[in-house]
Amino acid sequence: MKGPRTLYQKHIDAHTVCTLDDHGHVLLYIDRQVANEYTSPQAFSGLREANRTVWRPSSTLGVVDHVNPTTPDRVATMPDAGGALQVSYFEQNCRDFAIELFDVLDKRQGIEHVVAPEQGFILPGMVVAAGDSHTTTYGALGAFGFGIGTSEIEHLLATQTLVYKRLKTLRVNVHGKMGAGVTSKDIIMALIRDIGASGATGYAIEFSGPTIESLSVEARMTICNMAVEAGARGAFMAPDEKVYAYLKDKPRAPKGAQWEQAVEKWKALYSDPGAHFDKEVELDASALEPMVTWGTSPDQAAPIGECVPDPRLESDLIRRQDLQRALRYMGLEPGTRLAGVPISHAFIGSCTNARIEDLRDVARIVRGRKVAASVRAMIVPGSTLVREQAQAEGLAQIFKDAGFEWRQSGCSMCLAMNDDVLSPGDRCASSTNRNFEGRQGAGARTHLMSPAMVAAAAICGHLTDVRQLSMET
Amino acid sequence: MQPFTIVRGTAAPLPAANVDTDVIMPKQFLKGIDRNGLDRGVFFDLRFLVDGAPNPAFILNQAPWDHASFLITGPNFGCGSSREHAVWGLKQLGIRALIGTSFAGIFYDNCQRNGVLLIQVKESEQQEISHLVGSPENSQITIDLHAQQIHLQTGKMIGFEIDPLRKKALLEGLDAIGTTLEHTSRIRDFETQHHRSNPWLA
Repeated sequence: MKGPRTLYQKHIDAHTVCTLDDHGHVLLYIDRQVANEYTSPQAFSGLREANRTVWRPSSTLGVVDHVNPTTPDRVATMPDAGGALQVSYFEQNCRDFAIELFDVLDKRQGIEHVVAPEQGFILPGMVVAAGDSHTTTYGALGAFGFGIGTSEIEHLLATQTLVYKRLKTLRVNVHGKMGAGVTSKDIIMALIRDIGASGATGYAIEFSGPTIESLSVEARMTICNMAVEAGARGAFMAPDEKVYAYLKDKPRAPKGAQWEQAVEKWKALYSDPGAHFDKEVELDASALEPMVTWGTSPDQAAPIGECVPDPRLESDLIRRQDLQRALRYMGLEPGTRLAGVPISHAFIGSCTNARIEDLRDVARIVRGRKVAASVRAMIVPGSTLVREQAQAEGLAQIFKDAGFEWRQSGCSMCLAMNDDVLSPGDRCASSTNRNFEGRQGAGARTHLMSPAMVAAAAICGHLTDVRQLSMET
Repeated sequence: MQPFTIVRGTAAPLPAANVDTDVIMPKQFLKGIDRNGLDRGVFFDLRFLVDGAPNPAFILNQAPWDHASFLITGPNFGCGSSREHAVWGLKQLGIRALIGTSFAGIFYDNCQRNGVLLIQVKESEQQEISHLVGSPENSQITIDLHAQQIHLQTGKMIGFEIDPLRKKALLEGLDAIGTTLEHTSRIRDFETQHHRSNPWLA
């Protein structure tokens, strides 16, 4: 008889084709993958060279998102020859291997981790792997998702499986009511600061507890999305009524009797009472404040009320040098108050925070206000459908009136693979997921924060506690 | 895949923590559809000055480490983006193995799939090796995968652990897809059963 199992164990058990050794390796069946134009080309070339086919084309969805321009008027032409070649090769691969593709002009195009959930392509109980580290997002839907490299994409395309080693499990239990101005972004940023950028390396994280249950599905996606910034190789949450309501009537969700049958089955997707986790962490959301990063790793973050830390207080030499290097890159002096650091750019976008609820948050802050004259502010919606909805709800007009650029969808300035690139010395308040050196452009400086906090920074021209701005109205 | 058995070469210390794949392979080198020319991109912003000349202060531009076969890395090396370009570039630069205290998960798998050996050692061992290979006369080490041993210039030997499955694949340079396709009928059977009990997944 099986003892109590974690949801992670249930996901893996239900997808194990066979055991490969007695060291935890299994052949894992993968239900879905999403492919993009930049990490897939060499995988398709590998298939071609070895004369292999795609095992199950309908399990893969192709989306162009990383290299396309996001100019306010949609253009199908890529800004550079490399991007153009990647997109045309991707189109050819999807055509030749019978994979459905959302190209740049498709109404359903957008960032893969926004598009796949909104199409109902990802369902509870699925195991999903894709050539993008933020595939962890799908944990919010009761699925289990993780990122893979190009060789693994090729393996997955050819076999619908991966050689997989079971991870350890970490449960993060979040309790307490979040204060005004605090969002799910602040929960995950605080967790990463607490456990470190490698605090969950080797683990899959389950997020649970009353605070998680109180969050919307989109807010949960933000948390699972950034689990990888703590090193987690996958995140998961138990699906609930909110997830079923989110998925119902999505284009690819099951319909009719099959929907009822699916929901019945999904109700068993939770960690059994007494299931063993290798590590547990408790987080009190009522104690959180809006967070911002000050360094070049996502764990170098602090509440907006705090100051830039002093590396001299770090006793470990290597860690001290890392801090010094981060502050030198960021152009920040120890002891500087974070609130008040001037910015040149504000970016709202990415698979972390560019869904409709994020845009509504931004609209609440910027309505009737103006972006500071010193700031270039951009909003890149997570998908073309999100863009349409924001226009229908009148949000787009609020953004434009406030002085934001209202752009087309794509990964854009999150990783700056297209022509949305910052210049050396630019300082950007960003709703994205990584503040690495050079991430948004060589020499450019990124401060991560929630969309509402980016909005506040854009209005004030400097990092700002969004709660002060809200109170002024 | 090139098998990894016994490799002798120069090791370069890179002790910084959280070296991410954006730093290992910046975005401007991700625009290809093949694996070519990525050696130039490795640590680009650290290796090259703004005018394109090699940065003399960066260790991989200094003899003897400019011919390094191994990197001795800090914690959480390879974190961030899943881009395998980082590993292709390191390999093209001549890197055969990395020795460090911890590696990010996707990067770890990407290295494995390209025949680049990742060795996880204790922090004290990492510091010892890093310190030693930082002087040119002691920069040569030998890695014996079969025996799971690192041999330092001083004669000291440090043992390491590795999964038997990964070890075998590296030693023999196996084609992972070919190996998995030996299970074709089991995958088919599993898939049929899986879709029968979850018809909405079919």
